[in-house]
Amino acid sequence: MSLLTEFPKMGRTDLRDFKKAIDESFRDFTRNYGEAIENFFDPLLYFLVWLEKLFLNTPWPIIMAVIALLVYFGSRSIKLTIGAIIAFLLIGYLDMWEDTMATLAIISVATIVCISVGIPIGILMARSNRTQTVVTPILDIMQTIPSFVYLIPVVMLLGIGKVPGLLAVCIYAIPPIVRLTNLGIRLVDKDVMEASEAFGASYKQKLLDVQIPLALPNIFAGVNQTIMMALSMVVIASMIGVKGLGVPVLRAISNQYLALGVMNGLAIVVLAILFDRVSQSFGKRLQAHRESGHNV
Amino acid sequence: MSDIKVSINNLYKIFGSDAASMVDLVKEGMSKSDLLEKHGHVLGLDNVNIDVRKQQIQVIMGLSGSGKSTLIRHINRLIEPTSGSIIVDGDDILSMSLAELRDFRRSKASMVFQKFGLLPHRKVIDNVAYGLSIQGINKEEALARSNKWIKSVGLTGFENHYPSQLSGGMQQRVGLARALATDADILLMDEAFSALDPLIRSDMQDVLLSLQEQLHKTIIFITHDLDEALKLGDDIAILRDGAVIQSGTAEKIILHPADDYVTDFIKDINKARVLKVSSVMAKDEKIKGPEISDNVIIEDALQTVSQSGSNGAIIVKNGKKIGTVSLTDMIMAIARSTENTDSDTVYR
Ligand SMILES: Nc1ncnc2c1ncn2[C@@H]1O[C@H](COP(=O)(O)OP(=O)(O)O)[C@@H](O)[C@H]1O
Ligand SMILES: [Mg+2]
Repeated sequence: MSLLTEFPKMGRTDLRDFKKAIDESFRDFTRNYGEAIENFFDPLLYFLVWLEKLFLNTPWPIIMAVIALLVYFGSRSIKLTIGAIIAFLLIGYLDMWEDTMATLAIISVATIVCISVGIPIGILMARSNRTQTVVTPILDIMQTIPSFVYLIPVVMLLGIGKVPGLLAVCIYAIPPIVRLTNLGIRLVDKDVMEASEAFGASYKQKLLDVQIPLALPNIFAGVNQTIMMALSMVVIASMIGVKGLGVPVLRAISNQYLALGVMNGLAIVVLAILFDRVSQSFGKRLQAHRESGHNV
Repeated sequence: MSDIKVSINNLYKIFGSDAASMVDLVKEGMSKSDLLEKHGHVLGLDNVNIDVRKQQIQVIMGLSGSGKSTLIRHINRLIEPTSGSIIVDGDDILSMSLAELRDFRRSKASMVFQKFGLLPHRKVIDNVAYGLSIQGINKEEALARSNKWIKSVGLTGFENHYPSQLSGGMQQRVGLARALATDADILLMDEAFSALDPLIRSDMQDVLLSLQEQLHKTIIFITHDLDEALKLGDDIAILRDGAVIQSGTAEKIILHPADDYVTDFIKDINKARVLKVSSVMAKDEKIKGPEISDNVIIEDALQTVSQSGSNGAIIVKNGKKIGTVSLTDMIMAIARSTENTDSDTVYR
């Protein structure tokens, strides 16, 4: 009867040994390869540090001008440009400039990493159904597993610092770009692909002349989502040593500083909205001629 | 045999997971519906044999689902056959390596599609140049050559438009120019004009015919429309359930339909506008009348003969008398279509 009321479970010592064995072997792995892995990520660290310094040391009016230009050429909207200028003036005025620049730096690097890793994976996925069946569940796990869980091995491996933070952000933010690259390529009009094939295009020619250009609006939507998700990881990343707007938020939580928390939180929201609006209207312009028109 | 450009021999195509082992069943005579019911495989092509003559327009006609698209895609191996052979200019397409096949598609056979298949993100000029850019021809030369073809299909002025800004007819002109630009001598056209309005379609047929007068391509033209087949086709093959029911010239098919399916196909056409006087030519010394050329259609001949009040006409070819045609024979030849009274729907 006790079999029904109590779940049959592993013996207490066995379970402890089991967990211990896993922990030990991962620790061994860290001891043996941790340094190599750290070295591997060094270039990324230098780049991140360099970008942070660049953002911080450039006089703020120049940064403002660059942001305004980017917003304008991305969105072609005067309203949004003025909105962006006002938002950044407020951020600076409320003493959040430095943190905002640090956040912008890590978001930029994370986005670059996600794009340069995610798009090739998406392309491979689109090329073979088998790759798709293997990669899809991995992406599902990456998106659903609580971030704190994968922070543990990341921190064990690389310690506290910018690189593990960046890695954590990327693990969380990369799935959309992979998924949407795959989807975008798979959705490319079969008739256009057939025409390309019939004219003797090689795999590379099909990819570069047809699939990627036609998938670009979807790929771009993926980039947009990736940026959004990277931004939403800013606070968690700051727990393991990433500078930026997340740090004051954390401080506000532990000290119950309402105003500080809300202000920095809103700054993150403002960045998110700006990225989103600008990239969406840019994406729409990309779309312009890409829908094949059989308007007979 | 040297005037045969493309030779399709004993071609079978079966769709399904175990196609290879189904071929024998089909060779033993299993029908398309039985194959689907008993084995879950679709019979795409059933022992197709067609010899396409050099520089002629070979029309392949059949109802929807008869296997036309499947057949034409075998010629550039967009679809692999289950069994059979396809010989182009003496070369076996099926033994080509991937690289050779690509080369064949780039320079030997180009294709025009029912749904156009244009690159929506490229301007007209770049679409026309697409085949050339795949061949690796430098941009400048590709654009120069494309411009020539844009002009010849009547698209001058639209070079910098995007496909979505053009009407269907104009999009297909782009498709045609793109196919011609590679200078391939085989043109594969899969229902190329079927998506177009009747008037535009007729325009496009005229464009194709006038281009063909100068270019002398070997054209394989798919259609489900008999009028189109008769207007364009030097030779016509009729397909049903993946099998060729009848093939030959338009006249031969109309005068001697192979079975009820073909008879049904041709019953609504006005034969007077298709048949030429040569098809009812005789050598009858009693007939006196005006001289007409051998490739005049019966409808026009009837007009000439009745105006002259004679009992027939003398048929001449290159200025020489080669035979005669009587009024009665001409009327007999077109007899069945005269039962069809609503003359507005006839072939023109
Ligand atoms: N990839 C495929 N898989 C299974 N059946 C197919 C496939 N392609 C075509 N068919 C079948 O082959 C037959 C001929 O199709 P198709 O060549 O497209 O005809 P058509 O072009 O004359 O309309 C149809 O019964 C169709 O359902
Ligand atoms: Mg078809």
